[in-house]
Amino acid sequence: MSQPSLSEALRGVIRRDLLLAMRHRSDVAMSVFFVVIVASLFPLGVGPESAVLRMIGPGVLWVTALLACLLSLGRLFTADYLDGVLEQTALIPQPLAVLVVGKVFAHWVISGLPVVLLSPLLGLQFGLSGETLGVLTLSLLLGTPTLSMIGAIGAALTLGLRGSGLLIALLVLPLFVPVLIFGAGAVTSSLAGIGSEANLSLLGACFMLSLAFAPWATAVALRIALE
Amino acid sequence: MGINWFKYSSPQAFYPLAGKMIPWFAGAALGLMGVGLYLGFFVAPTDFQQGEAYRIIFVHVPAAWMSMFLYVLMALWAGLGLGLNARPSFMMTQAIAPTGAMFTFLALLTGAMWGKPTWGAWWVWDARLTSELILLFQYIGLILLRASIDDLRRADRASAVFALVGVVNVPIIYFSVKWWNTLHQGASVSMTASPKMATTMVTAMLVMTLGFWMYSIAVTLARMRCVIVERARQPSWGTPAPVQDGAEVRECSGGV
Amino acid sequence: MQWGSLTEFLAMGGYGLYVWTSFGATALCLVGEVLAVWRRHVAALAQTRAVSSGGD
Repeated sequence: MSQPSLSEALRGVIRRDLLLAMRHRSDVAMSVFFVVIVASLFPLGVGPESAVLRMIGPGVLWVTALLACLLSLGRLFTADYLDGVLEQTALIPQPLAVLVVGKVFAHWVISGLPVVLLSPLLGLQFGLSGETLGVLTLSLLLGTPTLSMIGAIGAALTLGLRGSGLLIALLVLPLFVPVLIFGAGAVTSSLAGIGSEANLSLLGACFMLSLAFAPWATAVALRIALE
Repeated sequence: MGINWFKYSSPQAFYPLAGKMIPWFAGAALGLMGVGLYLGFFVAPTDFQQGEAYRIIFVHVPAAWMSMFLYVLMALWAGLGLGLNARPSFMMTQAIAPTGAMFTFLALLTGAMWGKPTWGAWWVWDARLTSELILLFQYIGLILLRASIDDLRRADRASAVFALVGVVNVPIIYFSVKWWNTLHQGASVSMTASPKMATTMVTAMLVMTLGFWMYSIAVTLARMRCVIVERARQPSWGTPAPVQDGAEVRECSGGV
Repeated sequence: MQWGSLTEFLAMGGYGLYVWTSFGATALCLVGEVLAVWRRHVAALAQTRAVSSGGD
């Protein structure tokens, strides 16, 4: 049997993870319902005044998406770690960082992409409209994979530890802050009519930087955890 | 200087050396802080705009500087540890962290004390204070991460990775919060020291900073000695363990 | 000396609460940390002695 190429290994990882996820479709639903419910809590807590909701909408929706990503990180590596597949993955001759990209991508398709697709509807709940809704969706499209990649570092560092759920949050939330600022900022500036290009470009830069460095840091952390 | 530094890199040699150095650094710390406080309270004049409240900067600014300086130092040791696979480097990271966290907390507390009388608010979301707050979270995360991992080698290396990731994050946070403040024009107040400061004020601040620095070295060395003693109990050191092989390894999570 | 009396010094031009809370907290933290490290050292040595003199 010949050595699989890098892209074949990558596609293999993605295909396997997506297949496994399709067998537990509830995981997809969980992220979506979480975002819907939590986003609905804010108007209930703050009051239905549309001006207020429009003002807090971008931030609320972004924080909600961020929390959904955070909560889903526990599922990123745990199952594979528990049944030994992760160790095998680390032994494959292909660079672990690339395989990490595959796992994170599959994970994002399951937990992040549904939130992105749902975001226009949620934006409407907060009185956002037109171009702002588009900016919201685009910012989440750029931002949620970035959050997943950064979050993977935390997931790898805390692999198999007791109390890892809270610990991941503590480790990863400081790292999420710039993405949150640029993402919510893009929507807010669109709302204010200033134009969101600057924030979106910075968000794009965050995406590229995290793609360049986070999988590598995650791979290092995985090897440390698997030793 | 013909000293062979490497002979001190073994914990057995470092322990007594550190023990001898601590009193000197402690003495220097006390002396410098004494001079700094004298300069700050009895030489530096009253500020024209802020009155006596400005004197808080004689602890606030040094604490903030130390919090950042210690984090970078911690990250340097972490990088050295990962690069050279050297356990003493990881031990230095472990020894510095609590002191750095303490100074970060003090910087935030004294910053609030300074902000309230001067600008009327206990807290503002400017780039410096917000970055300092995130820095505190990163210190705490680092300490908790180490405390959560029982295996010493994994704890060392995982906290080293997190320290390095964190050190990259701080300037990014600073930039992003600055950006965010320009976007939301409301928060234009920043708790920086007044641009024109009398020489005596600057001198007192610098002397206090040096004093805090000497203090940090003394405390870090003392904590290193604790870490050395705690780790020597574990057979994984390779030093003859007083515990039988196969006996349970004593968990050392340590205090502050 | 720029302070007329001890009372003036403690009052700090009306800002006494803020100034002394700051310096007080600093002193407390520094002393507290020294004590905590000292206690940790004593505990570590005691545990080592206990282990080497027969173990648990």
